Amino acid sequence: MTLEELLQRAAEEREKQAAFRHTIRVCVAAGCLSAGSDKVKAALQAEVEARGLKHTCQVKGVGCLGLCSVGPLIAVDDAYCRNVTPEDAGGIIDRLGDRPAERLYLSAEMPFFARQQKIVLENSGRIDPERIEDYIAADGYQALLYALHEMTPAEVIREVTESGLRGRGGAGYPTGLKWSTVAKADGGGQKYVICNADEGDPGAFMDRSVLESDPHRVIEGMAIAGYAVGANRGFIYVRAEYPLAIQRLRAAIRQAERAGLLGNEIGGTTFDFSIAVRLGAGAFVCGEETALMASIEGKRGQPRPRPPYPAESGLYGKPTLINNVETFANIAPIIRKGGAWFAAIGTEKSKGTKVFALAGDVQNTGLVEVPMGLTLRDVVFDIGGGIPNGGRFKAVQTGGPSGGCVPEQYLDMPVDYESLTKLGSIMGSGGMIVMADTACMVDVARYFMEFCMTESCGKCVPCRVGTAQMYGLLTRITKGLATAEDLQLLEDLCDMVRNTSLCGLGQSAPNPVSSTLRYFRDEYLAHIAGRTCPAGKCEMVADPEKEVA
Amino acid sequence: MKPRVATIWLEGCSGCHMSFLDMDERLVELANKMDVVYSPLMDIKEFPEDVDVTLIEGAINTEEDLHKVRKIRSRTKLLVSFGDCAVTANVPSMRNEFAPKDVLHRAYVENATLNPGAPTFGEDGVPRLLNRARPVHEFVHVDLFLPGCPPPADAIYYVITELLAGNMPDPGALTRFGR
Amino acid sequence: MANQNVKIVTLVIDGKDVSAQQGQTIMQVAREAGIYIPYMCHVEGLSNIGACRLCLVEVQGQRRLLPACTTEVAEGMVVTTNNERLRKYRQMIVEMMFAERNHVCAVCVSNGHCELQRVAQKLGVTHVRMPYLHPKLPFDASHERFILDHDRCILCTRCVRVCDEIEGAHTWDVRGRGTESRVIIDLDQPWGTSESCTGCGKCVNVCPTGALAEKGRATAEMTKKRQFLPYLTIMREEDWA
Repeated sequence: MTLEELLQRAAEEREKQAAFRHTIRVCVAAGCLSAGSDKVKAALQAEVEARGLKHTCQVKGVGCLGLCSVGPLIAVDDAYCRNVTPEDAGGIIDRLGDRPAERLYLSAEMPFFARQQKIVLENSGRIDPERIEDYIAADGYQALLYALHEMTPAEVIREVTESGLRGRGGAGYPTGLKWSTVAKADGGGQKYVICNADEGDPGAFMDRSVLESDPHRVIEGMAIAGYAVGANRGFIYVRAEYPLAIQRLRAAIRQAERAGLLGNEIGGTTFDFSIAVRLGAGAFVCGEETALMASIEGKRGQPRPRPPYPAESGLYGKPTLINNVETFANIAPIIRKGGAWFAAIGTEKSKGTKVFALAGDVQNTGLVEVPMGLTLRDVVFDIGGGIPNGGRFKAVQTGGPSGGCVPEQYLDMPVDYESLTKLGSIMGSGGMIVMADTACMVDVARYFMEFCMTESCGKCVPCRVGTAQMYGLLTRITKGLATAEDLQLLEDLCDMVRNTSLCGLGQSAPNPVSSTLRYFRDEYLAHIAGRTCPAGKCEMVADPEKEVA
Repeated sequence: MKPRVATIWLEGCSGCHMSFLDMDERLVELANKMDVVYSPLMDIKEFPEDVDVTLIEGAINTEEDLHKVRKIRSRTKLLVSFGDCAVTANVPSMRNEFAPKDVLHRAYVENATLNPGAPTFGEDGVPRLLNRARPVHEFVHVDLFLPGCPPPADAIYYVITELLAGNMPDPGALTRFGR
Repeated sequence: MANQNVKIVTLVIDGKDVSAQQGQTIMQVAREAGIYIPYMCHVEGLSNIGACRLCLVEVQGQRRLLPACTTEVAEGMVVTTNNERLRKYRQMIVEMMFAERNHVCAVCVSNGHCELQRVAQKLGVTHVRMPYLHPKLPFDASHERFILDHDRCILCTRCVRVCDEIEGAHTWDVRGRGTESRVIIDLDQPWGTSESCTGCGKCVNVCPTGALAEKGRATAEMTKKRQFLPYLTIMREEDWA
């Protein structure tokens, strides 16, 4: 397909859609589906059919609408309806063009929707993720064909560099720099592009949502990357626990191949690019890039020391570009609108937007995309709606098991890579767990340590044994059995595991402990010296003597 | 007054005390420099107060061991974990992967040739086993570790003479785990 | 004739100026210079995996500590192989190895010729500060000549690599993760039933501890040849004079 043909198709599809006077968008991403949105969609379609409205009102399944806590969520033209049941279908159709019933109605003006700025998620909840035509109508694949026809690979990289985009997987490495390194590497004719979709942080579902809502966006980003760095093979490594994402991704790849947007001689150029999906078998460590590549190669999914970095020697020993789902999802708009446009959003060092999975003790749980630099308070209280049931805010955990807890006094810090690192946490992939004062911070640290312990691959000693030892000590503290010496040992272990572990999993495993020790040390001391849990969460062993025996 | 030294034998095989005796004629020299105020090698029932140095042989294996070691700690200035059982729990810890009741059953029922039967505990019986045999420093603060199974007489002599001279010895060059 | 393609670099290790061929690791060059860096997973001749973390060194200008066994030397590199911080980390790592499984040196087949024991002594580890985990682990004596004792295994994977890279059998591998990791034979089966094992014994000889050993070496395994006992009386009665 050439660029002209693509634009033609987009115009046709848009015209087709414009013929409908009303559009009802039903979220069919995993969250709402599990709440029965497929039945809601069927009921709405039946109702439209029965009333002979099928030429004026379209009911389409779309990706995530964001506010997962009140699913099934649907959008009736510009208004949202929450907790919709199949029985509501008749009433909704009755009021087409009017405001939906009060019980269901959610205004698009509410801060949750209004304060977001969508780049990555601009198509989520708008297009049908299972139809390539919908994506094309939303300017899809224009960036790819434009890049192939009008730009050199170096120009593509320059645009990405200028955008200031940084890796969205967690570490925030400058994407343009990574691309240019791979582009310069000599692969002897073979290089690879890998999309890391092995999202495993507890409470994080950004990547899943993107793949379920807008799979073509990721494919397009990867193809552009392949062109830029000189790779003609791509892999998407996605965890097998995401069946819907995998299904939509595979369907999207087939559609793109059929449309000539993947495969040989894309857009009539000499550029070939194919993508294969590889499934992760449930190991968190496979989100680490060297472990991920070992897993694709069919080996035991364990990290290896870097250097050499993947850009130099990656998959099958060839130069490999590896980026996260959200990073790739940012590429098409950057090429379409220019790096300067992107760089105008966000802060000085953190450009663009960031998608967060807002979860925990917060009113509005779901998926949000905000410009970098918004404060944590804005995210938690304005967009998130604050703590439910009149609870008091205690901390927000960012970055999953590699991250840390940020206490109340730092709520006005801007959300960007540097600020979060300064606070002892990390941006991470975008998990954001809000905790009310009913949460015990020692228990929270223990939870994350248990996660790291069971997910440690076992290759290096500090992570394998160190996480188990730290978990044991944290357990003792939560049971009221620990001594001041135990706390000292815990801190020594944090330092050692951080500095000696082989990969990022081990190096960051102490973060939840160190950050809670930094801001909530008194809670640790209360457990140890006072044998009480200030949050009332931990049960102290009644007779420590018995436990000793 | 000469420094007051004690030695005690908890869950161990007495091998460390045998090694102690292996100091041979050097014992005479030491006897002139210190008062041994409590030891399995002598007949004193109650662990005395105000002990300067105590060498503990053996792991903490029973409630009685635990009771003793706490008392010793409170009455001793400088506590030495004497030999691998005290330092690592060593051979006594090999029972740790089994439940205490299974260990007792093996010892008192399966392997008993005379009067097989579960033991009684407490005053008139045997001391109750802890869930696991563990090193001394997991229960009380230990000032010096002298590993070895047993620690060689030279290492023991070196440690004691240094301590008597008021120095903190490092026995690492003379002994190791399992020696 | 000198190989024109070999580049020579100079670097500083512990304040000592040394020269090296490009491609050599810090570990190799340090050893040539008589500088001891402790290690457990490394064996000269096998691939290096940087897993035990005992050989971590400081390299000037690098934020992270680097394993000496996998890090290649570079011109002008300044390496510190031993200081208080590294010693502290190494001690803790050795302590963790002892705490993870059941290392009872006194009754181990490798007592006295165990690399873990030796490294512990060299690093001044006289006790283990963290609690022993005391896991319950199986023992495999099904092979006619060798034994596998998981209690003593530190998961260095030397056996896995020597079997794969030198013997070419790949009988060994690792299953599970974290502290649940175990070295396994073929598809996790008794050693005696392995069809891929050639019985070469390389794994036994690279094993740094008593995890892999030849049968008949343990203290309790010394079999008594009691058949000659009846002859004792005869010998007694014999008149040797």
